[in-house]
Amino acid sequence: MSVTRTGNTEALDPEQSPLEQHGDVSTPMPKLQVRSRPTVATGTSEPRTGVRLAKIRRTGDRVFFGMSTGSGVLIVLLVVFVGVFLLALALPSLLANQANFLTSREWTVSGSELRFGIAGLLWTTVLSSVVAMAIAVPIAIGVALFITQYAPRRVAGPLAFTVDLLAAVPSIIFGLWGIAVLGPLLVPTSDWLSSRLGFIPIFAPGIRSPGTVFVVSVVLAIMILPIVTAISRDVFTQTPRDHVEAALSLGATRWEMIRTAVLPYGRSGVISASMLGLGRALGETVAVMIILSKPADNSGFAPSLFAGGETFASKIANNAAEFDTPSKTGAFIASGLVLFIVTFAVNAVARIISDRGHARS
Amino acid sequence: MAKRIDVNNVDIFYGNFHAVAEVSMTVEPRTVTSFIGPSGCGKSTLLRTLNRMHEVIPGAHVKGSVQLDGTDLYAPGVDPVAVRRVVGMVFQRPNPFPSMSIFDNVAAGLRLNGVKNKGVLTEAVERSLVAANLWNEVKDRLGKAGIGLSGGQQQRLCIARAIAVEPQVILMDEPCSALDPISTLAIEDLIGELKEKYTVVIVTHNMQQAARVSDQTAFFNLAAQGKPGKLIEIGSTEKIFSNPDEKATEDYITGRFG
Amino acid sequence: MSVTSTDQVTFTRPSGARAVKNSLATVCVSLAAVLAIIPLVSILYSVISKGFSLIVSSGWWTLSQRGITPRREGGGIYHAVVGTVEIALICALIAVPIGVLGAIFLIEYARGKKAARIVSFTVDILSGVPSIVAALFIYALFITIFGWGRSAIATSCALVLLMLPTVLRSTEEMLKLVPDSLREAAYALGVPKWKTILRVTVPTAFSGISTGIVLGLARVMGETAPLLILVAYGQGINYSPTSDVMAALPTMINSGRDQAQQMPGYERVWGAALSLILIVMALNLLARAIARMSKLREK
Repeated sequence: MSVTRTGNTEALDPEQSPLEQHGDVSTPMPKLQVRSRPTVATGTSEPRTGVRLAKIRRTGDRVFFGMSTGSGVLIVLLVVFVGVFLLALALPSLLANQANFLTSREWTVSGSELRFGIAGLLWTTVLSSVVAMAIAVPIAIGVALFITQYAPRRVAGPLAFTVDLLAAVPSIIFGLWGIAVLGPLLVPTSDWLSSRLGFIPIFAPGIRSPGTVFVVSVVLAIMILPIVTAISRDVFTQTPRDHVEAALSLGATRWEMIRTAVLPYGRSGVISASMLGLGRALGETVAVMIILSKPADNSGFAPSLFAGGETFASKIANNAAEFDTPSKTGAFIASGLVLFIVTFAVNAVARIISDRGHARS
Repeated sequence: MAKRIDVNNVDIFYGNFHAVAEVSMTVEPRTVTSFIGPSGCGKSTLLRTLNRMHEVIPGAHVKGSVQLDGTDLYAPGVDPVAVRRVVGMVFQRPNPFPSMSIFDNVAAGLRLNGVKNKGVLTEAVERSLVAANLWNEVKDRLGKAGIGLSGGQQQRLCIARAIAVEPQVILMDEPCSALDPISTLAIEDLIGELKEKYTVVIVTHNMQQAARVSDQTAFFNLAAQGKPGKLIEIGSTEKIFSNPDEKATEDYITGRFG
Repeated sequence: MSVTSTDQVTFTRPSGARAVKNSLATVCVSLAAVLAIIPLVSILYSVISKGFSLIVSSGWWTLSQRGITPRREGGGIYHAVVGTVEIALICALIAVPIGVLGAIFLIEYARGKKAARIVSFTVDILSGVPSIVAALFIYALFITIFGWGRSAIATSCALVLLMLPTVLRSTEEMLKLVPDSLREAAYALGVPKWKTILRVTVPTAFSGISTGIVLGLARVMGETAPLLILVAYGQGINYSPTSDVMAALPTMINSGRDQAQQMPGYERVWGAALSLILIVMALNLLARAIARMSKLREK
């Protein structure tokens, strides 16, 4: 009780506190009003000088909060701007377009009359990506199961690492390898498939070169394998222990345990991962551009996997050097806008599915 | 240095949940006060309102006043950050900063508040480590990582870190609950020394500890789950443990419930 | 295998169809694992076998391609490495602060709030934006609307859109791992929130943040599409980021890939590809090594 209660209190006194001497808080602080009222406990009415607790200069907090919030807002704005600016530049060309943008396969953008449509691009883009997904997803699930449920730790680690490293390979190298190494190897498979199943339009015989949609699909499948595997792996490892043990204690074999515990638990995660992979495949540019043979201008529609073609991304990249007039550029930007919308939708669905999965588990 | 704390009619809420009701008490300077009571009775919550740490949890708010030598901590214009410089806190689990050495951990409070003078820092670190009974154990390895110490040493490091900024009051939220008996003894001895200079308030689950270290004991209880916790009785530790006024206190102390 | 008692309990393997299914599954899953390794092995083999002699040849890492025609041997990739590194660093200079601050916003300021959900959703969308779309966006903004020319900086800006999500997500993951007790410890010392973040939270999460930055760098260094649209490839050395001609490893590969095989120019494509893979893989290994140093690993 021998504490002085008058005058400045000690700790935050500029004379004594190191905080005050050296800190960024050394500006004079408004002193809190002296309060005088009897306290319940002691009953004294002696006025006391308070501890100084008034607002310290807190510009730091405000600036930092502002910068963080600003970054968050900027990220949202970036995505909005991508849509807005692409639309703004595509609109004049879309309005001047003489052909039906969605259903036409024409692409005449140099002359005075604009005629362009995305039907062909859309077909090739979606076909190659969906086939890629159909190839990649089962393999990715298999690899993820192998890593999480089958392999001993000594094997699982390096295998996971190898698959992750595949994701690090730049896409231009996938393209180079796809056209020079993988493509020629796949020609016999293509021939065999088209000779047996050629009556179905997408398996119809096409070109006998490595530059086919089929080769692109296989390369895209390899490219999206790591992301689908990584996410599936994560959800499989999160399978609740008691689900697994319940299945095993009922006498289930390993595969039965996987079917009853692991796969149902990981379903939404795997679907979401597949959608992410699909999004990647839809937007892949350089690998597709390098591999895919461009068909001659105004050739007929070839829906086959074994034909050449162009995707949104490869079309834009192929013509990157020729963005000379605004109307021409606008036509390419219009197709880029469609690609943006499609990938936006696919990624949004992936996010929604994974959110729902989280909510349930 | 030490300050007196007056708690007047404090009610604490988390959103709509009424956590603690109508607490009034006085804590004299240079004493140790312990808060005891069953889990969920609001003793930790009340402790946190003494330096406004409860505000870290969104939706938490307080009615009533807490005065530090007559200055209301909840008056408009009072900065919670400034409050915490005056009222320090030690937590349940030792929480040294993992990215910092022993020296940097103790110096953290001063450095982060802008002290750059090497001499001031070195002096403060030594003084605080000595005060926390840790100096002899770590003086040769001040540059080593703080998380390399044992649990008990880490907790004393955290106490050194708290007293390095020269607070008036030290709050301790079950400081020994994660420690072994020998480390606990070391911390209890330390608390006895700290009250020479500081006002200490400690929350503990261990009644022997409350009896050993404190001058004053406050017993909290709650009527039922979901009801607010209340201060049942406060008095000298001797009285609370030998001859409490309330039946509930006696029941709890003697282990008949809780 | 069987226990002799009144009720016979047998511990034989599951019978018939169940056993077959189980073995079949094991085979399929193992096969998938083997299948997954083949592409990487094949890619590495092709690139190394075609490019190794070049990258150890004298001058490969120190000379440019100035004055060298596809028919001539010689020259190196110095010009392209300069461009790749410079474009990636400028990109990081913009993307890292925004990404780290964005993660701080999500975890430290807006955790659990609606704003966090909106930003987090857009980050997912941003991470799915194809590089060609990012490039078109910057083309539209810089070149069509602002009327600036193509430049290395424009490329960096397009790459920012691709690097941001990587940096932000890895920072966010690490900030989530920082225990609240450390934040409370700092608050209890009377440290303001911003200093707590800057001096306690972020340093604790530092290794994870660096991992994200290095992975982001690796990703943008391998990107080709924005380079195709936003900057021209040149065979000489150029250090100026505002110039409209700047070499980079991906565009060096792209510009040489159409040459006839057997030509020295085509061989250099594989040399450049191997060099690019080496740089990108080295960064990935570095990221992994940094991640191992994390102080939060045991949590």
